[in-house]
Amino acid sequence: MAEPMKIRATLKGDLCDVRVLMVHPMETGLRKDTNGAVVPAHFIQEMTVKVNGRTVIEGQISQAVSRNPVFSFRLNGVKAGDKLEIAWLDNKGERSQTETAIA
Amino acid sequence: MRLPAVFLLVFLFAAPGAFAQDSKKEIEKYQRMIADSSPAELFELQGEELWKKPQGPRKVSLERCDLGLGAGVLKGAYAQLPRYFKDADRVMDLETRLLFCMTTLQGRDRAETTRTVFGTADKPSEMEVLSAYIAGLSRGVKLAAGTTQPKEKQAYALGKQLFFHRAGPWDFSCASCHGEAGKRIRMQELPALGKPEYARPVVATWPAYRVSTSEMRTMQWRMNDCYRQMRYPEPEFASDATVAIITFLSVNARGEPYRGPGTKR
Amino acid sequence: MSSMNPLRRLSLQAAAALVAGLALPLRALAAWNKEAFQAKSAADALKSLGVASSAESKDVVIEAPQIAENGAVVPIEITSNVPNTKSIALVIEKNPFPLAAKFDFAEGAAPYVKVNVKVGESSFVRVLAEAGGKFYSASKEIKVTIGGCGG
Repeated sequence: MAEPMKIRATLKGDLCDVRVLMVHPMETGLRKDTNGAVVPAHFIQEMTVKVNGRTVIEGQISQAVSRNPVFSFRLNGVKAGDKLEIAWLDNKGERSQTETAIA
Repeated sequence: MRLPAVFLLVFLFAAPGAFAQDSKKEIEKYQRMIADSSPAELFELQGEELWKKPQGPRKVSLERCDLGLGAGVLKGAYAQLPRYFKDADRVMDLETRLLFCMTTLQGRDRAETTRTVFGTADKPSEMEVLSAYIAGLSRGVKLAAGTTQPKEKQAYALGKQLFFHRAGPWDFSCASCHGEAGKRIRMQELPALGKPEYARPVVATWPAYRVSTSEMRTMQWRMNDCYRQMRYPEPEFASDATVAIITFLSVNARGEPYRGPGTKR
Repeated sequence: MSSMNPLRRLSLQAAAALVAGLALPLRALAAWNKEAFQAKSAADALKSLGVASSAESKDVVIEAPQIAENGAVVPIEITSNVPNTKSIALVIEKNPFPLAAKFDFAEGAAPYVKVNVKVGESSFVRVLAEAGGKFYSASKEIKVTIGGCGG
């Protein structure tokens, strides 16, 4: 059950700064826990950024991205009220999706 | 001041002036950049939810908790802590006050509530998320820990005494590391917290998200962990001692605009 | 695929691109590139990404601290000023799996990203920007330190 993301989209003219905070362990699969057992890899692999249903960014990321990922993107040609949707899919098949309107 | 040999070695690392200045600038750049892309806000959101959640035998939320500015008033509340509370007849920092509200308002058992006050990367504690939320609502507010009430003055004096008191198997005090300006442990600059100039930026940025452990950490945790690092016995959560040291630091930092929750290594 | 005449393969790809309207066929390309992400050297990762060669370019800008207080979270901000940049890839040379991330940009998104990454040990980070079928690169050294008493 994935935690919701926090998206902040700030319009400056027709450029939009997007900041998204995600909750995810981004476990590398190379770490051992306090009992000495290897913590299995668990990380986001794919993510998409869509504006009004159209994909504008596709990201492939790896376990090298830090725990609780924070991304910043820049969109152009958007206006207030446009729908921004960010989604991710991890290596275990878990997904998360959050929508917000550009303010 | 007698120090274990190993620490003397560390303190003796002398970089030529220009290189040291460049390193300092780059580290400041690191600190700025991580503060700008920090997961800290996620904990503030979790804290907000928890603040409003009915819990305990009385099944009430913490929303009527008085942090010093009136029941449920959160804006600016963190900045004026620690302070004296008449209903408890004690000086309290945020976490001590939250514990008070959990036990009195919500009817929760103290032992049970304090069992996990410091969380893990997978599961932050209630104190951690609540602290992040409440502290965030003091952004921009000048730090104003209480100084006029007699018990507040006593807490400051006790905190100062504890800050300089050497004990434990290594004969350390807080001042062993934080007593002199311009000192460093490895790449970590050590603020001389007895002086306002150094206390201000520190108190203004706790609680903080620690990137090295992916955890939101609070001032009570900082006290606990410093004591651990000095090989002292573990201080009790929300004890007079921890509140006193936090008071000492917070009063030293008075006037600084609060800008947490912070993000630190 | 290895037995196919390379010319035929190329023309099939060209046909596919035409069919996709010459816009980035996003869904087809961006499924997680396992081979690239599991490559154990920067060279192998780049090969799996189809980067045969790249030209260093001042138009690929990496903004990152030279010193990271902790390698668990190193903020890296990447801007490509190369016109028509379609994608940006980030490689952390000394990491166990050097390819850290790859972003594909379509109309409406600037070729810009800021991301927090793990840098296992002091290393060069390299950015590859793809535009007009060519690759442009920039690199920067990041030193990873340990601070304090480990607390």
